Amino acid sequence: MNIPYTVEERPDTGLYNAKLGVWLFLASEVMLFGGLFSAYIFLRFGAPAGAFHEWGQELNVPLATFNTMILITSSVTMVMSWASLKLNDFKKFKLYMGVTLLCALVFLFIKYLEYTAKFDHHIYPSTNTFYAIYFTLTGLHGLHIIGGMAVLFYLWLPGNKMWNSDPEQFTNRIEIVGLYWHFVDLVWIFLFPILYLL
Amino acid sequence: MSNSHDSSDIKNHIKVYLYVFGALAILTVLTVAASYLKLSDGEAILLALIIASVKGSLVAGYFMHLISERAMIVWILMLTSGFFFVLMLIPMLSYIDQARLG
Repeated sequence: MNIPYTVEERPDTGLYNAKLGVWLFLASEVMLFGGLFSAYIFLRFGAPAGAFHEWGQELNVPLATFNTMILITSSVTMVMSWASLKLNDFKKFKLYMGVTLLCALVFLFIKYLEYTAKFDHHIYPSTNTFYAIYFTLTGLHGLHIIGGMAVLFYLWLPGNKMWNSDPEQFTNRIEIVGLYWHFVDLVWIFLFPILYLL
Repeated sequence: MSNSHDSSDIKNHIKVYLYVFGALAILTVLTVAASYLKLSDGEAILLALIIASVKGSLVAGYFMHLISERAMIVWILMLTSGFFFVLMLIPMLSYIDQARLG
């Protein structure tokens, strides 16, 4: 028996089921990060005036700016990989998906450099409340990148066989993993200024 | 977003994606530049959040296709936004209460 509404839209929602499922999942993710953003506000207000800004001076703004550009680039290549499938250009899909994965790897490598630089200066989550929330937020975001990469890699290589058997369903899979990936980018767009610049 | 796209539609979408990419890159540079302005804490936070919100709206609107998405998704997100707002309001209320008590 086939799973219903993997390609065609349900008459009541106007969506295929996986897309509705991913949007509901993203709504729960908003609340997960929302709780931590709330904690950030709490800790910032609880710290001595100007302390959060001063503690954040140890962070590397040029590296984080570069990382922001990398993640934005990965979002564009992600949506281009979906558009390539819509244009029946599988080769371009593979190229764009490969670039997306490469961007994700570069992002993680830079994050690794940032973390090791902090540890070398004996800065840990226990150093102060700023670094407690900095490591929590960026660590959770990094885990989301790793999780996304696992799915992207699966769809890029082993899972791409579906393109031959059911191209529409495969295209939908790329669309919904793209939604997740753009969400991860969106979270970083807010993390970057609040942690590195303010 | 509807599943029925013809190739000229998609080619137009690709142009828009590239424009959005350019706008996001420029806004990222603006975010960093704005942090060097001599602003009060409140003004700096407000400006940074405004720029981040514009960037977030571009990603959600165009890359996630929210601009042409079904009403069902929009309703789910409006509900989520309401809960998110409450979540942000809780520490603010606590801060205001502390300030009131001195």
